[in-house]
Amino acid sequence: MATASSAAARDTAATAARSRRFSLERVLAPLLLAPSAIALGVFVYGFIAFTVWVSLSNWRTNRRDLSLSDPLLRTYGTLFNTTRFQIDLRNTLVFTVIFLLLSAGVGLALAVLLDRKIFASGFFRSVFLFPYALSFITTGVAWRWIFNPETGVNLLFEQLGINHLLAQFGMEPLKPGWITDPTVAWQLNGVLAAVYPPAADWSLKLGIPMAMIPVTIAAAWQLSGFAMAMFLAGLGTVPGEVREAAALDGASGWQLYRDVIVPLLKPITISVLVILGHVSLKIFDLIFAMSGKGPGFATDVPGIFVFDKMFGAQQYNLGAAASIVMLVLVSIVIVPYLARQLKDL
Amino acid sequence: MTLTTTFAMRANRRLLLKGGAALTLGGLTLGRLGDLAAAQDESKLEIFSWLTSPGEAPALQALFDAFNAKYPDVEVINAAVAGGGGGAAQAVLQTRLQGNNPPDSWQTHIGRELIDQYVVPGYCLPISDIYEQEGFLEVMPQGLVEQASWESEQYSVPIGVHRGNGLFYNKSVLQDAGIAPPEKLAIDDFFAAADALKAKGVTGLALGSKDAFVPAQTFENVLLGVVGPETYRKLFAGEQPWDDPGVREAGDVLAHMLDYVNPDHSALTWDEAFALVIEGKAGMNTMGDWAWGEVIAKKAEDAIGWLNFPGTDGSFVLVVDSFPLPKGAPHPENSANWLRVIGSKEAQEAFNLLKGSIPARTDTDKSIFGPYHQWSMESFAKDELVPSCAHGQASSPQFKQALYDAATSFLVDRDVDALVVALSDAAAIDAENAS
Repeated sequence: MATASSAAARDTAATAARSRRFSLERVLAPLLLAPSAIALGVFVYGFIAFTVWVSLSNWRTNRRDLSLSDPLLRTYGTLFNTTRFQIDLRNTLVFTVIFLLLSAGVGLALAVLLDRKIFASGFFRSVFLFPYALSFITTGVAWRWIFNPETGVNLLFEQLGINHLLAQFGMEPLKPGWITDPTVAWQLNGVLAAVYPPAADWSLKLGIPMAMIPVTIAAAWQLSGFAMAMFLAGLGTVPGEVREAAALDGASGWQLYRDVIVPLLKPITISVLVILGHVSLKIFDLIFAMSGKGPGFATDVPGIFVFDKMFGAQQYNLGAAASIVMLVLVSIVIVPYLARQLKDL
Repeated sequence: MTLTTTFAMRANRRLLLKGGAALTLGGLTLGRLGDLAAAQDESKLEIFSWLTSPGEAPALQALFDAFNAKYPDVEVINAAVAGGGGGAAQAVLQTRLQGNNPPDSWQTHIGRELIDQYVVPGYCLPISDIYEQEGFLEVMPQGLVEQASWESEQYSVPIGVHRGNGLFYNKSVLQDAGIAPPEKLAIDDFFAAADALKAKGVTGLALGSKDAFVPAQTFENVLLGVVGPETYRKLFAGEQPWDDPGVREAGDVLAHMLDYVNPDHSALTWDEAFALVIEGKAGMNTMGDWAWGEVIAKKAEDAIGWLNFPGTDGSFVLVVDSFPLPKGAPHPENSANWLRVIGSKEAQEAFNLLKGSIPARTDTDKSIFGPYHQWSMESFAKDELVPSCAHGQASSPQFKQALYDAATSFLVDRDVDALVVALSDAAAIDAENAS
């Protein structure tokens, strides 16, 4: 009896302590969260809200004028009518697509090679990851030298005798303009004009700016190591049983990867594409150091546009509007991904 | 287990964030207190500039030395920001000024850059009394002082004058192509020379358009050469529409000149393009005379000749560095003394000898300068002084950026109509902003 009652008393005491702890936690948690929530609220969301306001305002010289423009979206109208910004959007699209294909493709290939443990995989893992640790400015300058048509890789073509060989067959020497090539390949304006006649008069050339190709190569070189690391982690999670089962069913090495492992890597692939995608939409420093705006804005991107309009021209509303467009582009990529992640939790 | 670990990690991250925020806030508060305390004393002088290159930094140091010779107890703080022909520095300066945290003085070009960006928004104090006490009005040309003035008050002290409309050439390359070193060059002579160089397989005109100011500067030189100083000034002042036959002609001339430029121009900076001339890979280059610093650095004084840009004889495109007096300077007395010192004969001689520009004062000792600068000083004393738009003196920053963009596009599409439309639009926006 005595033991029973003391056990009950212990129970009540424990419950009380637990509920006290819970209520303390209820108070403490928001309290601990508050500083970071406030910091985030002010420095991220507050400033985003301010940027939206500026983009809708009349602040177009260095005299601060936060009155709203009339019509409200006037600055956005100007922005989308600016040929340079249209070119920037085209460039971003081209850059993103080629860069994602290259870096995810190369990253996956490297990861598979390392996964097969062919030769000194630990060493090469570090080697492939190293570029990712370098600053975009440093690599941008080095790649500018490499892709300068007079001093860089073209000299290598010359030295290797490739041009000599081509001359033997009566062909033009191989001397691409790389980052100085102003041509826009595969122009769609003509095709579009058949459906939508005003397209024939656009000063924007819809196509692939050739100067962008070397830039995507440089960016992919730098970030495929990151993609490799992600894929390698993913490959590590593929259970040995699955590989064994595939081997027992007589799958060749190639079939094993194509039909079993790569499909299993789908969540990793999505993460890689989303992370690299937002890097590419925001890219600024690599291009700024490597090719600048390029010939006729062939390698210009919204980031450089914002920098020029904001700090060069001091057209704060135009710079802010372009930043908001960039934010929307990044959100289109990131928000569905985050929503998915949160649902999984 | 993993969930708990992640949770713990998250909590840690929050803690870190919180700690970081607290530290930042604390730092900011201390920083402001420090500023308030500093406002009382005159022990320091903070000078903001983009004078950081191997030629510029010693020139700035010479100004500091001149200041310290007079005021040995004041510690001079060099707040220079490198990069982009001042673009990066100007971005930093804008932020500091808008944050009400000005340095004691900063480098700025005179003309619209000084007036529009700093004087009209109220970041500067008038310094007419300093001009009067130091007698600057008697020793600086009227055309120069006007560009440092607004509503008949002076606002900054010019320290060095660069000339924007130079044409530099490699003597032996021109000679090899059968061109005698010319005394002056009309536009037609330029094309004759460029043709002769092209026949020899040499680039006629080296161009480095990775620097955004280069296409704009080349265009404004061509424009000046075609329309002359009177119309040039009216165009930038908004007194003449850009849809002008002279502007179109200038566009055609520039388009023609592009036939003679190096194909990799978009990958080269201005100094890399200038190096092509020094190395004999190109015949000519148009650049401001800061390029002479490259000539000195590479000891090529004997190999390189200079002229006015074709058609611009009798005009001097001003690119003038100056320092204003900030409103709310942390050390106002030192700030004013700094302006007195840098306007002095000794300081201007020391600075310009190293920087490769010429003094804003016309009473300095010419004999200490080399032949190039003596030539430039003579021209400065007698020629028409016109402002440069590419360097912010002739127009608003909005118009300047519009010219940068239009000229960059023009290098590839050579579309004169698009150029005229872009400049007309920019002028219309300017007029609207001014009203």
